[in-house]
Amino acid sequence: MALNKKIRELQEKRQKVFLGGGEQAIEKQKAMGKRTARERIKALLDKESFIEYDMFVEHDARDFDMDKKSLPSDGVIIGSGTIFGAPVAIFAQDFTVAGGSLGLMHSRKITKIMDHALKLRMPLIGINDSGGARIQEGVNSLAGYGEIFFRNTISSGVIPQISVILGPCAGGAVYSPALTDFVFVVDNISKMFITGPEVIKTVLGEEISMEDLGGARVHCEVTGNAHFFARSEEECFEQIKRLITFIPWNNSRKALAFEAGEPDSSYNPDKIVPEDPTLPYDVRDVIRSIVDKSDFFEIMELYAKNIVIGFGRMGGRTTGFVANQPLEMAGVLDVDSSDKAARFIRYCDAFNIPIITLVDLPGYLPGIDQEHAGVIRHGAKVLYAYSEATVPKLTVILRKAYGGGYIAMSSRHLRADFVFAWPTAEIAVMGPEGAANIIFRKEIMSSDDPEGMRKRKVEEFKAKFANPYVAAAKGYVDAVIEPKETRRFLLHAIEVSENKVVKMLDKKHGIPPF
Amino acid sequence: MTNMENKDFGFLNINSSMYKTRLSEKFLNRKQYKPANPRMVMSFIPGTVIDILVKKGQKVKKGEDLMILDAMKMQNKLKCTMDGTIKKINVNKGEKVSKGTFLLELK
Repeated sequence: MALNKKIRELQEKRQKVFLGGGEQAIEKQKAMGKRTARERIKALLDKESFIEYDMFVEHDARDFDMDKKSLPSDGVIIGSGTIFGAPVAIFAQDFTVAGGSLGLMHSRKITKIMDHALKLRMPLIGINDSGGARIQEGVNSLAGYGEIFFRNTISSGVIPQISVILGPCAGGAVYSPALTDFVFVVDNISKMFITGPEVIKTVLGEEISMEDLGGARVHCEVTGNAHFFARSEEECFEQIKRLITFIPWNNSRKALAFEAGEPDSSYNPDKIVPEDPTLPYDVRDVIRSIVDKSDFFEIMELYAKNIVIGFGRMGGRTTGFVANQPLEMAGVLDVDSSDKAARFIRYCDAFNIPIITLVDLPGYLPGIDQEHAGVIRHGAKVLYAYSEATVPKLTVILRKAYGGGYIAMSSRHLRADFVFAWPTAEIAVMGPEGAANIIFRKEIMSSDDPEGMRKRKVEEFKAKFANPYVAAAKGYVDAVIEPKETRRFLLHAIEVSENKVVKMLDKKHGIPPF
Repeated sequence: MTNMENKDFGFLNINSSMYKTRLSEKFLNRKQYKPANPRMVMSFIPGTVIDILVKKGQKVKKGEDLMILDAMKMQNKLKCTMDGTIKKINVNKGEKVSKGTFLLELK
């Protein structure tokens, strides 16, 4: 009987904790279209897989009457479970408890699960829903954030780190998601900013709504701080689960292999790309004509659309895709697209994911705003990331590869392992129009019919250089292939690159052009 | 397959070639560059004008203090950019200004 009493006591204690900030606070949370922290964890993880730790942790703050307040679980839930069988460590801030504010014990719970995830080499998922620092706990709150940022940084590239913004995440708190690999946001629920609308209004007199300042759409389309946009928490969780299937548990493993499957035959690689290099098409159709089951999982779909990044599988193995997108801004490299691509390349490299690069770009975007925004430094990130990456690097030049763009997009010179080119490829120092204008300037200027002469010279240049064979003659291209042969060549390349070994120079770390 | 009909295509000129493509909002709304004009004193940071140290018509020398702009808890002295005369003062003491506000004109 005594044992039963003890067990009942535990059950009662648990029930009390499960209520978080109480029924009223839960109702308020629901009214905002949000689930509670524990409901979120349950919805995201495999059924019955979640084990909660530190349920009974409480703060010991004394100032400002805090000693009279009890905050169940100190406003954050931590534990571990599985997603499709993959182990994951997770924390979820509980907004119903003191607004999910971060005090010392709250932060200690988060750092505990972070240490756990790092030691046991499993992915970490953080669900952020917090008003920010718990002001009553003063510098202890700040210390807490610092400890989290430090762990985010040392874990980077060792275990996958995923941030989910399901509520406010403001001030210093935003830097934890910013240091992680992937940030998920939900329309009308996620809010991220360093200084909020009120501060901006007081200091600057500028008015803006929270949604327009740091809502989900803004972070996906404008700032590039978030990687996945969802309309509901359900959709967001589906995206996270799908991502988990593509990535390894840690940097000493490869992602789990899936059953391979042929692409959907409605994507015919021979018919997607127009021959005229100035005409657009959707490069994602080319990716779908190559990957297993035409299944492509795009990342940062709404940001810098002139470059496409994401995961697919080749012969069942996760592969990262980087592709210029002629449909948007002619597929140019610019500040934002360079930043987007470079970070993804480094992600793939850190987690043993081979990279397939599809090239079709006219070069860099000209403009004062681009130069002043530092396109030199940002563009350099792409060179750095490709050069540094030691995972298998496979390149297919679909059409244009001009000038600096050719070099940057995983060229042989940055140590691509395989470079294939379609017969439509034009590998040249610049497009025929621009090149003819410079090389034949005198002939064109002195001609009786400058426009006719210009056209003839453009054609002359095209005939001679707008093809893959000049580069192939130097061995910069390994094979010129028919579009429909692409999958076969890439599958072979991935297979024979399986055991690639590259020893980089011994150093502490490089200094990438961040 | 992506349907290529009815997309809002524009044209982008890269190295004399015209590419048919969609143009991004960011590109279409990019800021036009204006070269700096020493006759125009602009606010380099948003803040509050807490003092104006010169009057209309006053002769000033390059490097002289013109205004004090309180921003980010700092009192910033706005220096005169050229030798000349104060032509016009566009703001009042106590006024909040955003970045790039045309504060004062010299001649």
